[in-house]
Amino acid sequence: MISEDTYAELLEIAARYPEKRSGLLPMLHLVQSTAGQITPEGIEACAAILEISAAEVSGVATFYTMYKRRPVGDYHVGVCTNTLCAVMGGDQIFATLKDHLDVGNDETTEDGTITLEHIECNAACDYAPVMMVNWEFMDNQTPASAVQLVDDLRAGKVVTSTRGPRICTWREAERVLAGFPDDRVDEGPGAGPASLVGLKVARENNWTAPQVSTSSTTGAEGSDQ
Amino acid sequence: MTDVLTPVLTADWGTPESWKLNVYEAAGGYGALKKALGMAPDDIITAVKDSGLRGRGGAGFPTGMKWSFIPQDASTEAGGKPKYLVVNADESEPGTCKDIPLMMATPHTLVEGVIISSYAIRANTAFIYIRGEVLHVIRRVQAAVSEAYLAGHLGKNIHGSGYDLDVVVHAGAGAYICGEETALLEGLEGRRGQPRLRPPFPAVAGLYASPTVINNVESIASVPSIIGNGAAWFSSMGTEKSKGFGIFSLSGHVNVPGQYEAPLGITLRQLIDLAGGIRTGAGGQQMGLKFWTPGGSSTPILTQAHLDVPLDFEGVGEAGSMLGTRALQIFDETTCVVRAVLRWTEFYKHESCGKCTPCREGTWWLTQTLTRLENGEGSAEDLDLLLDQCDNILGRSFCALGDGATSPITSSIQYFRDEYLAHLEHGGCPFDPMASTAFATVGANQ
Repeated sequence: MISEDTYAELLEIAARYPEKRSGLLPMLHLVQSTAGQITPEGIEACAAILEISAAEVSGVATFYTMYKRRPVGDYHVGVCTNTLCAVMGGDQIFATLKDHLDVGNDETTEDGTITLEHIECNAACDYAPVMMVNWEFMDNQTPASAVQLVDDLRAGKVVTSTRGPRICTWREAERVLAGFPDDRVDEGPGAGPASLVGLKVARENNWTAPQVSTSSTTGAEGSDQ
Repeated sequence: MTDVLTPVLTADWGTPESWKLNVYEAAGGYGALKKALGMAPDDIITAVKDSGLRGRGGAGFPTGMKWSFIPQDASTEAGGKPKYLVVNADESEPGTCKDIPLMMATPHTLVEGVIISSYAIRANTAFIYIRGEVLHVIRRVQAAVSEAYLAGHLGKNIHGSGYDLDVVVHAGAGAYICGEETALLEGLEGRRGQPRLRPPFPAVAGLYASPTVINNVESIASVPSIIGNGAAWFSSMGTEKSKGFGIFSLSGHVNVPGQYEAPLGITLRQLIDLAGGIRTGAGGQQMGLKFWTPGGSSTPILTQAHLDVPLDFEGVGEAGSMLGTRALQIFDETTCVVRAVLRWTEFYKHESCGKCTPCREGTWWLTQTLTRLENGEGSAEDLDLLLDQCDNILGRSFCALGDGATSPITSSIQYFRDEYLAHLEHGGCPFDPMASTAFATVGANQ
């Protein structure tokens, strides 16, 4: 069932946009955060609010890979197996985790803690091989570190992203994606080590962008130089 | 002479709490906004045109020209409608990893760029469409937008200018195709992310059938520096037709992968040198470069023969590929090119939106044929079959996804035909997949 509070929040999302249907993607994230998956009730609620058919909402919910039609565990563990990460060891990591957790792709462990999925490029190639837990970066993994990671998650230990915050549950993450921030924004660094390597080389060599000459700071007139 | 590296966008990534408004402002942030609000919108468009900035999302279309296509005559049908700015933060092209660290480290650079750019095109609502799979990045951008509202950089009558702007941070839900600008608009309108027929182009009929500019994160984030430092400053960097700086993302088999911000036109040889060279092998031997992508998996692969190609739009084009997103994925000789290409092809198959037949069906055929070859089960004629399949997809698909799917295949057959044939002779893949991993060398070094 969709609670009154959730229904009110779904309305709130739709109201962020000039046209309310634009709210559908974050609304479906909110459905997942409350129901643990996309449910028929959630689809009906979105359809009613947006005044479109349930079939149209289903069409959207089945198009995007982050929407799940089966219950997701507390921790969604993604292993990048796109080419670069696969070559760098993502294939071995994924195979190790399937074996260790005794699940296949997009399946959840019997205790309901972990859903394992191989994922596509997550824009962290300089940290390959990359894993994501509830869409937080776990950089530079090995099969051994991946096993340790899932064991820690199953043991209920606090796990921290390698360049981010303490990892929340999948449902809590989905709530942030729906546009309801939590209190973890200031955790973790601004950048991981690989993001800073070029800056370090530039500093060591005293390389910078050209100095701004006072005559060129007039913006629009810059072309007159 | 411009320096080898020119950190501008990346300059403050290492500053403690770089994502916060007070830290950004202490380094001069939002100074360009103040200046912009004192300029006429058309003068901002002119400055961006004069700077020579070309789209940093891959296609390289001149940003200022794109802005000038927005109809501003209120007496016309399109000109009378609201205008929108949409930031494409759906960074998903395999190998591309520049916008995500930018938004995590210095989201205010993007927000300031959004305000200046929206003011220039006279939009009162802007959207930042971020792929959903980067939770902490979304937190940082959400927080930056709310800080900007509190500081009066967003909202009604910004700093007394009479200009109003609202910004909505929108999380996607997992779809590579939404990086294609019209598919992104579909996603932003709450629909399946399938590309739209053009024309009409988004500049005339985009979001809600209104005039819309869609720009990549790095393009928009470059705008404050152009307004703050001047168009001439920006165009003093780079090459004749590819002006300014860009973030070059090195990944894979180099000793120091990461982000290197340099003027367009730097070469891979220079970048690999800065990155400590191609990695050392498990046995301590120096490995050699085998192949690389200049701008993500949709740009044809290149080889050692292209180490001195200037990495600008023209140079990479002349070498038979595309600059794309400067996503330099580096593979050494432990990597099987057939395995690499098959995996990319499986990606395109998975991400094909299903709208058009050549891409939807073609990527399945490509995967089947390539799988046979990787397993050593096909025949030499399968290479011709692959090329024929590519010929039926390239230029016949609805959008660039289908075209991109053919790039790794045709280019790898061009440079590594013998390696495909070796799979047939060997009865399977002749490579040890463990040798290419990061931990193959880590293990040896420990």
